[in-house]
Amino acid sequence: MTENTVLEMRGICKEFPGVKALQGVDFTLNKGEIHALMGENGAGKSTLIKVLTGVYEKDGGDIFISGKDKPIMIKSPQDAQNNGISTVYQEITLCPNLSVAENMYIGRGNNVIQNWKKMNAAANKILQDLDIPAKATQQLGSCSIAVQQMVAIARAVDMDCKVLILDEPTSSLDEQEVEKLFVLMRDLKKKGVGIIFVTHFLEQVYEVCDKITVLRDGKLVGAYDIEELPRVQLVSKMLGKEMDDLSDVVRGYVPNVDTELTPIVFEAKDLVSNAGISPFDFVIRKGEVNGFTGLLGSGRSECVRAIFGADRVLGGTVMKDEKPAKIRKPIDAMKLKMAYLPEDRKMDGIIADLSVRENIIIALQVLKGFFRPFSKAEQEKFADEYIKLLEIKTASRETPIKALSGGNQQKVILARWLLTNPDYLILDEPTRGIDIGTKVEIQRLVVKLASKGMAVTFISSETDEMLRTCSRLIVMRDRKVVGELKGEDLTQNKVMSTIAGGDK
Amino acid sequence: MKSGVKFTNIFKKQIFIPLAAIILLALINLIVDPSFFKIKLSDNMDGFKVLSGHLITILDSGSELAILAIGMTLVTAASGGQDISVGATMAIAGSVVVRMIGLTYGAEDNNIMEYAMPLIIAFLIAVVVSMLFGAFNGALVSFFKIQPMVATLILFTAGRSIARWINLGKNVVVSNPSFKYAGVFLPGVPVATPIIITIVCIIIIMLVLKFTNLGLYTQTVGINERSARLNGLNPKMIKMLAFIILGICVAVAAMIQVSRYQTINYSSFGKDIEMDAILAVALGGNALSGGKFSMMSSILGAYAYQFLTTTLLTFNAPPDALPAYKAGVVILLVVFSAPTVRDKISKLFKQLKNNKKSGEAKEVA
Amino acid sequence: MKKKILAVLMSVAMIIGLTACSSSENTETAAAADGGSKLIKVGIINNDPNESGYRTANVNDLKNTFTEANGFDASFAYSMKNDEQIASAKKFIQDEVDYLLLSAADTAGWDSVLTDAKNAGIKVILFDRTIDAPEDLYVASVVSDMEKEGQTAVDWLKAQGLSEYNIIHIQGAMGTAAQKGRSGAVDAAVASDGWNIVTQQTGDWDANKAQQIVQAVIDSGESFNVIYAENDNMAQGAVAALDKNNIAHGVGKDVIVMGFDCNKWALEELLKQNWNYDGQCNPFQSSYLLDIINQLEAGQTLSQKVIIMDEKGFDAATITQADVDTYGI
Repeated sequence: MTENTVLEMRGICKEFPGVKALQGVDFTLNKGEIHALMGENGAGKSTLIKVLTGVYEKDGGDIFISGKDKPIMIKSPQDAQNNGISTVYQEITLCPNLSVAENMYIGRGNNVIQNWKKMNAAANKILQDLDIPAKATQQLGSCSIAVQQMVAIARAVDMDCKVLILDEPTSSLDEQEVEKLFVLMRDLKKKGVGIIFVTHFLEQVYEVCDKITVLRDGKLVGAYDIEELPRVQLVSKMLGKEMDDLSDVVRGYVPNVDTELTPIVFEAKDLVSNAGISPFDFVIRKGEVNGFTGLLGSGRSECVRAIFGADRVLGGTVMKDEKPAKIRKPIDAMKLKMAYLPEDRKMDGIIADLSVRENIIIALQVLKGFFRPFSKAEQEKFADEYIKLLEIKTASRETPIKALSGGNQQKVILARWLLTNPDYLILDEPTRGIDIGTKVEIQRLVVKLASKGMAVTFISSETDEMLRTCSRLIVMRDRKVVGELKGEDLTQNKVMSTIAGGDK
Repeated sequence: MKSGVKFTNIFKKQIFIPLAAIILLALINLIVDPSFFKIKLSDNMDGFKVLSGHLITILDSGSELAILAIGMTLVTAASGGQDISVGATMAIAGSVVVRMIGLTYGAEDNNIMEYAMPLIIAFLIAVVVSMLFGAFNGALVSFFKIQPMVATLILFTAGRSIARWINLGKNVVVSNPSFKYAGVFLPGVPVATPIIITIVCIIIIMLVLKFTNLGLYTQTVGINERSARLNGLNPKMIKMLAFIILGICVAVAAMIQVSRYQTINYSSFGKDIEMDAILAVALGGNALSGGKFSMMSSILGAYAYQFLTTTLLTFNAPPDALPAYKAGVVILLVVFSAPTVRDKISKLFKQLKNNKKSGEAKEVA
Repeated sequence: MKKKILAVLMSVAMIIGLTACSSSENTETAAAADGGSKLIKVGIINNDPNESGYRTANVNDLKNTFTEANGFDASFAYSMKNDEQIASAKKFIQDEVDYLLLSAADTAGWDSVLTDAKNAGIKVILFDRTIDAPEDLYVASVVSDMEKEGQTAVDWLKAQGLSEYNIIHIQGAMGTAAQKGRSGAVDAAVASDGWNIVTQQTGDWDANKAQQIVQAVIDSGESFNVIYAENDNMAQGAVAALDKNNIAHGVGKDVIVMGFDCNKWALEELLKQNWNYDGQCNPFQSSYLLDIINQLEAGQTLSQKVIIMDEKGFDAATITQADVDTYGI
């Protein structure tokens, strides 16, 4: 270990039943460095982080930390904390029913008795310093996901850490919030904190990081200075194959749906739900890919939830295949050959303890009926077919879905809905928190499905993803539809200005 | 080699826990007194041959518990909570059966109607009543979102009064000799009727689980209610269904038990049996927080518990210490059923095997 | 795992905690009409009538005695919890009753409220159950003597003159007064007369548990000729096991069956000679209470403070239909 090194991991190995998650991985972090840890899903990033934070016990290898001569043993998150390693996870791991201050201070140190007043005051000060719009006494669950995420970071930052791990911290933040986070990260960097930054957003890596370590299939590919490694090369290292510019992957499909002759698949008038959106009109034609865009919380998810009957519909009329229809519950929409991949994969999507097979067949099974279960053989056939088709990486079809990486879980949910053979597919943030390879695959799939005549509504926080895949964008601001863009208007600038409402 | 892999994997299988408990108890009995396992064929009161012995008694006495465990497993899986009103609703169902066919003692007021209904009709009425009470619990849980234990607390406290009220507080005795068939023996059948009824119940639930989506839906709702709804399920109805099925189980168990004694004591009938049923579910390795379940494990859990009771009775454990003995054994079983402990055991075996293998390899070298 | 244990603990805690909150006391006033100053005001605190057949008979007996026609203005409060009973007692003191009749749920905790009653000039009479309090806090108590019940039963059993005594002893819920009293006599006889106890287990007053106890003995192949069950339910459970295994019982048969409580259906079994003995636990205390109140109202002093009720033991050989009708509950 050199003097400048704050953390060194050597030859880390970790094995799960059927999977070698880490095979002799090295990782070095310097003082005052923001170090990106990159890799596809299943590459071993999360496992490495969990070994470092004591969630998993490593099977082999050594971990050194500055100030200690001997390798340290990290057997629990408490050990990690004591060694100055703090973490903010991808999925929020705080307690929504406790207050913000409690979430920031509970489980730290040994003082069993807390001075509540002092604790709240201290928490308020940190929240103010970091410009986080939350009060110490507020219940965490009442904050937006973005704010919850920032509270988690505040908690980690406040623990005087030498090493701060940010595992996908930005996946639920909008751009302004990301910017704020970056300010914070640079600030910490100046103070000499080593930051490990795990993300799928390439832009962000190049904006804020100094170094990149790339993992693939549980093995180290290499560690690079940021200047040495242009994006294209980074991606090719992650995927293990040469790749041209990403955007070319999807381009090439221009849906021909502008004509009034293309049949309308779904149409809504003055649709409004109990989720607090203004009534909106909506139409989608056969073979069309359109999307809702807008800032986080602008109401784009609520719109598609209203379409699918996921929230309680309060008013409006809908037509499916140009016939009047009633959608009160998701099952109504499913019977009309509609499908909806929800935004919150963990809460609304996966059925964690059930197998991949059961997760794939559930929607079709529900459509088929209570008294007509698929035989085991049929279920296995469906599952195998889609595991192969979508290249789902799983030890077997009987593996519980919770054991899969985020991207593969998403693919399972996608398989679930494709299996129902819908003619209108709604994808709400299908690419959030998953690796670039899978993102591209999903976008490619969307375009392919559309070209076969499926209508698709696609929502993504990444505008360029939407620009690549959608032929029409519905722009939302403050829970209202504020514009619609198509054709030549589909540019980053135009989208931004419509979202911001700059014209007026 | 392959069988070796399977051997270590069995520790991770859920059914291993109740099975291991039963095997362990059997071993203890084998060591202490092998005659425990003797089964006799002898004449009964009505002059035909019947089977008897400790093992038969375990199957017989465990019937009510096994049947209740079926319903309790579903309720646990779907709602992530338990129904603690089972004993009280059993008293209600039993009271209904007795009222429908019984003779009332209470000469001073003759205003009690004696229905003298056929057995099967009385039973069906009890089933309907019991299903209604199940639906009541289910409605509180699913529509009013009350935690199952709190919701079922209502009937837990009020149920026995209702049971008493059904027979206007009178002692009722059933004199119909055929009433005994359900709780004792059918003429000419060498196996106690409760055992047969339980087997039928188990077959029915297994068929239902195979030929409907009850299992898949219940687990889906139990694991992730929001996701279940987005996949077109109606979580409320599924929870209701679970409670209603438990209601049916309760009526069957009540029928068996009331038929064993031809009368009912409102305060002690089925007392604490809900706790035993919950324990059976837990002994089966099922998470009491709901979600995935194994029906067969729960049923075996019920018999494991009955095995324990019978064993302690034959050992003549001192009566005031009996609950403590039971608690001790149960704690042991529950600890061993914890996934982490099972993982450790499985790892240990793997290590042992590896050591052996490397030892063999050395020998070869 | 933690969750499981926690869940079980929680459930237990919940039941204990919530039954405590939810079972509110029932207070009813029997005589609301103002019948002038002649009526004697009594407050009666009893256990829940749903507790057992015994309690139902007890409550009905009291209700039928302390009526307006008999010159009483009676208020009743039912609860199986001591604190609720104490609250009721306080209320009755405030209402300035003349007599407080009390069947306490627990023996402890009555000192202060009974002192209040005494200071207010209220006469307290205990019935059915005694309490741990200084004797001067109440004027009399009417109780069953459980030891005597047990002794009567054991004396009867001795009188049968069997060549050997192999007894299955099915006890009530451990630690209750009835269990202790009824078990005590058996234990003494075992020590003095060399009776053999085949098994001694608690059936928690429950027929099903009793059945399993007897079945276990039968399955083990041990022989026995007496079943001493501490209540009728458990005797009935035991008989179910005997019937199932084709073992003859009753008068002149292989096994002697003994029960307690004198349920009407149990006495019928005696009449049919299926059982041999049933010991009474007298729920009809009102006549004793009435007697005490009349004496006190007449200004007499009581000859004894603790009044032990007359309790019978019925023998199947001598029981009559009249006994069944009179003493069956």
